[in-house]
Amino acid sequence: MAPPLLLHAEQVSKAYAGVPALRDGRLSLRAGSVHALCGGNGAGKSTFLSILMGITQRDAGSILLNGQPVQFDRPSAALAAGVAMITQELEPIPYMTVAENIWLGREPRRAGCIVDSKELNRRTRELLQSLEFDVDATSPMHRLSVAQIQLVEIAKAFSHDCQVMIMDEPTSAIGEHEAQTLFKAIRRLTARGAGIIYVSHRLSELAQIADDYSIFRDGAFVESGRMADIDRAHLVRGIVGQELQRIDHKVGRECAAATCLDVNGLSRDGEFQDISLQLRQGEILGIYGLMGSGRSEFLNCLYGLTLPDAGSATLQGQPLPTGTPAATIRAGMSLVTEDRKDSGLVLSASILANIALSAYKQLSSWSVINARKEQALAQSMVKRLQIKISSLDLPVESMSGGNQQKVVLAKCLSTQPICLLCDEPTRGIDEGAKQEIYHLLDEFVRAGGAAIVVSSEAPELLHLSDRIAVFKGGRLVTVSSDTALSQEALLSLAS
Amino acid sequence: MNSKVLAAPVTAAPRNRLRLSLDRFGLPLVFILLCLVMAFSSEYFMTWRNWMDILRQTSINGILAVGMTYVILTKGIDLSVGSILAFAGLCSALVATQGYGLLAAVSAGMFAGAMLGMVNGFMVANLSIPPFVATLGMLSVARGMTFILNDGSPVTDLPDSFLAMGIGKLGPIGVPIIIFAVVALIFWMVLRYTTYGRYVYAVGGNEKSARTSGIGVRKVTFSVYVISGLLAGLAGVVLAARTTSALPQAGVSYELDAIAAVVIGGTSLSGGTGSIVGTLFGALLIGVINNGLNLLGVSSYYQQVAKGLIIVLAVLIDVWRKKKR
Repeated sequence: MAPPLLLHAEQVSKAYAGVPALRDGRLSLRAGSVHALCGGNGAGKSTFLSILMGITQRDAGSILLNGQPVQFDRPSAALAAGVAMITQELEPIPYMTVAENIWLGREPRRAGCIVDSKELNRRTRELLQSLEFDVDATSPMHRLSVAQIQLVEIAKAFSHDCQVMIMDEPTSAIGEHEAQTLFKAIRRLTARGAGIIYVSHRLSELAQIADDYSIFRDGAFVESGRMADIDRAHLVRGIVGQELQRIDHKVGRECAAATCLDVNGLSRDGEFQDISLQLRQGEILGIYGLMGSGRSEFLNCLYGLTLPDAGSATLQGQPLPTGTPAATIRAGMSLVTEDRKDSGLVLSASILANIALSAYKQLSSWSVINARKEQALAQSMVKRLQIKISSLDLPVESMSGGNQQKVVLAKCLSTQPICLLCDEPTRGIDEGAKQEIYHLLDEFVRAGGAAIVVSSEAPELLHLSDRIAVFKGGRLVTVSSDTALSQEALLSLAS
Repeated sequence: MNSKVLAAPVTAAPRNRLRLSLDRFGLPLVFILLCLVMAFSSEYFMTWRNWMDILRQTSINGILAVGMTYVILTKGIDLSVGSILAFAGLCSALVATQGYGLLAAVSAGMFAGAMLGMVNGFMVANLSIPPFVATLGMLSVARGMTFILNDGSPVTDLPDSFLAMGIGKLGPIGVPIIIFAVVALIFWMVLRYTTYGRYVYAVGGNEKSARTSGIGVRKVTFSVYVISGLLAGLAGVVLAARTTSALPQAGVSYELDAIAAVVIGGTSLSGGTGSIVGTLFGALLIGVINNGLNLLGVSSYYQQVAKGLIIVLAVLIDVWRKKKR
């Protein structure tokens, strides 16, 4: 007999305003296993998960938990039944301690109203110890790293006696090293008999952690099976629905001898020290480094968001202005920021306004906007980047992640930069959109531009860049032009 | 359950369209409905004279609300407009009684307002003081300065040319109404057709993104308080002319009506969305309610209660609308 199924969902469907978001959601989760749920953006994963959690109500279908049919009408009901979810956006209360966050609303009390802090901290320490998490129970949340906050969220879920844990892109905000800590934690959870539904766009990670997989595409279940029986290509085929053309973008790319960007001893206290590197025209330079290695801070400083303490940079022989992004843009540089929602887009504004945001100087005379020019720019960008839209006037928040990222790129390209800085340009977007963005960057440098790409995903950098610079603890360790380098070699250089 | 699934696609689409149109036309619809009710309740309501009254009453609040819209679009708030209005009105009246002519007097009022607005802008944009606190301070400081300026006494005996700003007419339409209309038109166009307008929306929508996009966030933040101060100054001049004297206690709690007009007009207090057209309807709605309750002989005590309820209701509808998304 096979071990009993922890969770079994069949033919779950949901439509919004007549448009089906999920037509046939299925999943069978075994106790003590990690189940990868795969699919592109819009495949219906998020809808399926929010139905499991009781955030949305299903139109049809059945869900069995431990063989019993269940229907949660709100997340707290799911939690009470032992189903917990850790989402992309973690929301701890920053100035409360770890213990207070975990037991929020369920604090041990004395005389009915006074919080018993001693008991609270004791319980928390016990919980963290039993899970072997290295987090201090009395430390305030705002002092913790993103990975530690995730561990706290996991601990919180287990304080509810959780059996099924849903993890939605848990590694999107953390580095390789911290991801390994998370994986160790996951293995301890499965050893206790918990089942984990794991969602991630990072396929290499799935091979590492998952036991089973299910693929959704266009709102319906496609296939499922054992992770060990398939390879990466099979998974990609299932997600995309066809053989994905993996073009080797570097073939035939010739870097000109001319230097585009020359950075000389750039430093900023507490962030990065003495960075010197050259970027040639027609080249993509990858920057690899762990979380906190100073790679994003380096890009932000170069772009003028922060002031350097020492060093300088020249762009095509001209000194690069410091401290004002507007001047940097005029000099011919653009930055695709790490977090599109936080610092890339104005979510409430229209697609049109977002694409044109940096380029209004060229689109206006006497600061009156030329609406025709603005439309023409946005149309040409939509076409060039193949952004899927129904109207330019819709707010950006109505788009999928991949399309939002393309809007950020469109905004950066609309000022016609010669040097493009990209910080994690493919974070949290699906395989198809990733390939499109690789293609776009390749086109950009082939047309005479130059680009720096920062990424936590080693395969991405190896695939895309002509040379790779490795950052470690705020310093440049090496610049390698050997792109036959293995992932392991990169990681060991960086840690 | 099955029938529900089948029924959903049929009904959902039109309902969606209805909601979209309610988003855009909801407030004008409420406004027209209210006017209809009033027209049936009082035969005087729909007369030319009454409408000129309503518009004249609305013009002061309307001018303030236009400036307030800019501030609120950047996620800010300006609590000091009532005090700035009094200060600027007094400055302007003092210049007028010295015999410097209309242009000098109006300029003095607007300049005084803009200066105080600059102080607000400097506190918020450069010293990073939360707008609520900075302008709360200014509310008190400007009011105090107004009393100091003329020892707490009003400025009367204003020249006729000055009074024309408030009680004069251009053809059949009162001058304050024309000033209000011109202000609204100019600032509507700036917000809609200029790069500056887009920057105001961007700064309120996401300050960080605005900064990475090369927008001078500080300059924009500073400027909206200057605009608000400038328009409060202008409103002060018009009010002094309309009441034929500049009172140091003029405009107390006017900031609340201005904020109410903006919020009823659909501009979000969290910044980034809203419009001058919405604000116009918001200001007019308040004007019509005041006028209507007057015509119906409702005491002014009840009028305050009614106004408060309508403000809360307007925001409640906005909250519901957003939740449904």
